[in-house]
Amino acid sequence: MTGGVVKSKGTVTIAIETCKGCDLCIPACPPRVLEMSSAVNHLGYHYPELLDGCTGCAACLLVCPDFVFEVFREARPPAATASA
Amino acid sequence: MKLVGQQKPELLLTETHHMCPGCGEPLALRGYLEAIQELGLGQRTIAVAGIGCYTSFSMTTDLDLVQALHGRAPSVATGVKRMKPDSVVFTLQGDGDMVNEGLQEVLHTAARGEAITCILLNNGVFGETGGHMTATTVLGQRTKNTLDGREAGYHGYPILIGDLLAQLEGATYVARGSVHNAGAVARTKRMFKRAFQTQVDGGFSFVEVLTMCPTGWFIPTAEGPDYMSATLGEVHIMGELKADGVVKSTEELHEENVRKAAEMEQALARGGIDP
Amino acid sequence: MKLMEGSEAIAEASIAAGCRFFAGYPMTPFTELLEHFAKRLPEEGGVCINAESELEAAGMAWGALATGARAATGSTGQGLSLMQETFSEITLAELPLVIFNMARGGQDYYQSTRGGGHGDYRHIVLAPMDIGEAVELTQLAFHLADKWRNPVLVYGDYLLAHIQEAVDIAPVGFDPLPEKDWAVDGSLGGSGQSRLVSPLGFGKAGQPSPGIERHLRAISAKHEAMAASEVRVETGGVEDAETVVVAFGSPGKFVRYVVKQLQSEGEKIGYVRPITLWPFPYEAVGSAADGAQRVGVFEMCAGQMIDDVRLGVLGRAPVSGIGGISTDGSGFGVGPLLDAELIRERVLALHRDEPMPPLPDNERIM
Repeated sequence: MTGGVVKSKGTVTIAIETCKGCDLCIPACPPRVLEMSSAVNHLGYHYPELLDGCTGCAACLLVCPDFVFEVFREARPPAATASA
Repeated sequence: MKLVGQQKPELLLTETHHMCPGCGEPLALRGYLEAIQELGLGQRTIAVAGIGCYTSFSMTTDLDLVQALHGRAPSVATGVKRMKPDSVVFTLQGDGDMVNEGLQEVLHTAARGEAITCILLNNGVFGETGGHMTATTVLGQRTKNTLDGREAGYHGYPILIGDLLAQLEGATYVARGSVHNAGAVARTKRMFKRAFQTQVDGGFSFVEVLTMCPTGWFIPTAEGPDYMSATLGEVHIMGELKADGVVKSTEELHEENVRKAAEMEQALARGGIDP
Repeated sequence: MKLMEGSEAIAEASIAAGCRFFAGYPMTPFTELLEHFAKRLPEEGGVCINAESELEAAGMAWGALATGARAATGSTGQGLSLMQETFSEITLAELPLVIFNMARGGQDYYQSTRGGGHGDYRHIVLAPMDIGEAVELTQLAFHLADKWRNPVLVYGDYLLAHIQEAVDIAPVGFDPLPEKDWAVDGSLGGSGQSRLVSPLGFGKAGQPSPGIERHLRAISAKHEAMAASEVRVETGGVEDAETVVVAFGSPGKFVRYVVKQLQSEGEKIGYVRPITLWPFPYEAVGSAADGAQRVGVFEMCAGQMIDDVRLGVLGRAPVSGIGGISTDGSGFGVGPLLDAELIRERVLALHRDEPMPPLPDNERIM
C-alpha cells in the first residue's frame, strides 16, 4: 500500500429522493468518491452517487443538511495484502 | 460492516424538512439532538423554540417542546426550568431572534446564571423574512438592506454575542461552533455535549453555531461554507470562548482552530470521526 | 381574620388557590403585590422572580404555565402594555395565566377588555370592588383560567392595593378540573408522543393538529362559550328605577353606597355593578335600562366602559358619562372624584337632569 496508510473500508446508503442537490457532500468527501448524478429525483435535484473507495468516515453524513446518508464501516481495517 | 452513522437522529421524527438546499441549520439540529440522546437526557429535556426558519423543527423534534415568540425563548425557558429544576431546558434561536429582538433576554438569563442552555443558530441574516441585516451581520456583508455591504458609519457594528456572554460572571460555558465542514460539525457536537453537561452540573451554557444560509446570502449552495468562513467566520471566531473558568483570547482561539481543523482533517482521511 | 393591605390579601388568596409561580417588575401601585409574592412563594415551595422587565416577567410565567403550574404575573396598566403580544399569544397557546392589574386610576378598561395585543382574543376580566371581594375573585380567577385554559385578568387599583381591611383568606371550593394532559415535563422525549405547547395551531409530525385557521376558530368558539356562561354582575333597585348608574371596581363600591343612600331617601335610582368586565353584563344593563329614563356611567377616565353600556342599553334610554379623569398629584393613586359626597352630587344632577358639577381638581405636587 502506498504511504503505509491503512484505510478502513466503508459504504453509504443514499436516500436519493430526500436530497436537495446542494452539492456540499461532494467536496466534503476526503477520498472524493461521491459525484452528482446526471439523473434527477422527483424534486428535480441531482443527487450523489457512490464510487469505489469509500472509507466510511461519515464526512458526507456530517455535512448533509437533508439526512440523506447512512454510513457503514468495517469493524477492522482489512489486513494489508502483498499487492498495493 | 457496522453502522457508524444513522440516517437521522433518534429524537427527530422525520428527516423531511423544508429548509433550503444547503442550509446549515439541520446540521446543528443533528448535533444537539444526538448530544442529548448520547448523554441519556432524552426523557428529561424540554425545548423552548424561538421564531425563524428553525421553528418548523418544533413539529419534527421528538422532545417535549414549548413554542415561544421571537426573542422570548430565554424568559420562557427560565419559567420552565424554575418549575422543573430536574429537567434539561434549552432554547433554540436564530441571530435575529436572540441578538436583535431578544438581546436583553439572553443577557439577563446568562447573568442570572439560569441552569439552561441557549443555542444560537447564527447565519448573520434574518433568514425567514428574506435576508435582511441582523445585529450579527459583519461589516462588508451583503444583505437585503446592506446591498453594498454593511458599513459601520451607516449601519453600525455587529454584536459578537458569544464574546459578550463570555464576559458575564453568570455564564459558565460559552462556545461558538460552526458547520462549514465535517470537522467543524464534529467539534460543534462536542460543544453541545459539554454545554448540556454544564447544565446538568448547574450552570448556564451557550452554544452559538455559525450556519450557512445560501438563500439569505444570495449565493449558490456549494459556495456556502467558503463564504461563511470568509465573512461570519472571520469575525465570530469559533472555539470554546469560556470554559473551566477561563475566557480565551482571540489569538488563543485562532491557534486552537488551526490545530483542531488539521486534526479533524487527518481523522477523516484515516477513516473517520465517529459522528 | 387578619388586618392586611389589599396587595397582601391578593397574594395570600393566590397562594390559597395554588399559585406557585409569580414574576413581575416593580411599578407603582403594583410593587407591593410583587413584594408579597416574593416573600411568601418560597415559603410555600413556589418561585417568585423579580424579572428584569415586564416583558420577561410575562415570558417567565408562560414557561411556568407550560409545565402545568398555576402561575401569574401583573403590573399596572403601563407595565401591562409591554406584555400585550405575550398576552395575545398565551391566549392562543391556551395557557391559564392570571394577570393582576393594580391600575393607576380607572383608565385601563379598554386595555383589559379589548386587549392591547393583536388578534381575536378575550380574557375574562374580574373587577373586585374591595378586598373581601378581591380575595374571592382572585381564587375564582385561577379556577376559571384552568377551567377554560384561558387568561383571566383581575382588575384592581391603588386603593385596593393599599387600603387595609380585616380579611379571612378562606379557600373557596370549586368544581374539580380535568388533568392538564397538555403540560410538559420532558418525560415524553423520544416516545413519538412528545408534546408541543404552541400558539401556532400546528402539532408534532404524526399527531393530528388543527392548523392555524381551525385553531383560531376553535378558540373563538371557546370565547363565545365563556361569554355565555361567565357573566357576573350585581344590581340593586333597578326594577323600578328612573335613573340607573353603572360603575365597576372601587368606584363601583362608592356608587353602590351612594345609590343605596339615595334609595333610602325615596329616590328611584338603581345601580348595575359589573363584576366581570368581560364578559360584560349586557343583558343586566339592558333590562335595568328598560323603563328607565336615563343611564349614567361613573368611571374615572375619559369614557371607556360607556361604550359597552351603550351596547347593552341599545337605545332604550339616553346614556351619559358622569365620571371623568381624576387622579392624585402623583398620577399613581386615587383622585379626589372618588368621594361619596361628590358622587352623590353627580348622581343627583343626572337624576334631576341638571348640569353636571365641574370635576374637582387634584392638588399638584409637581
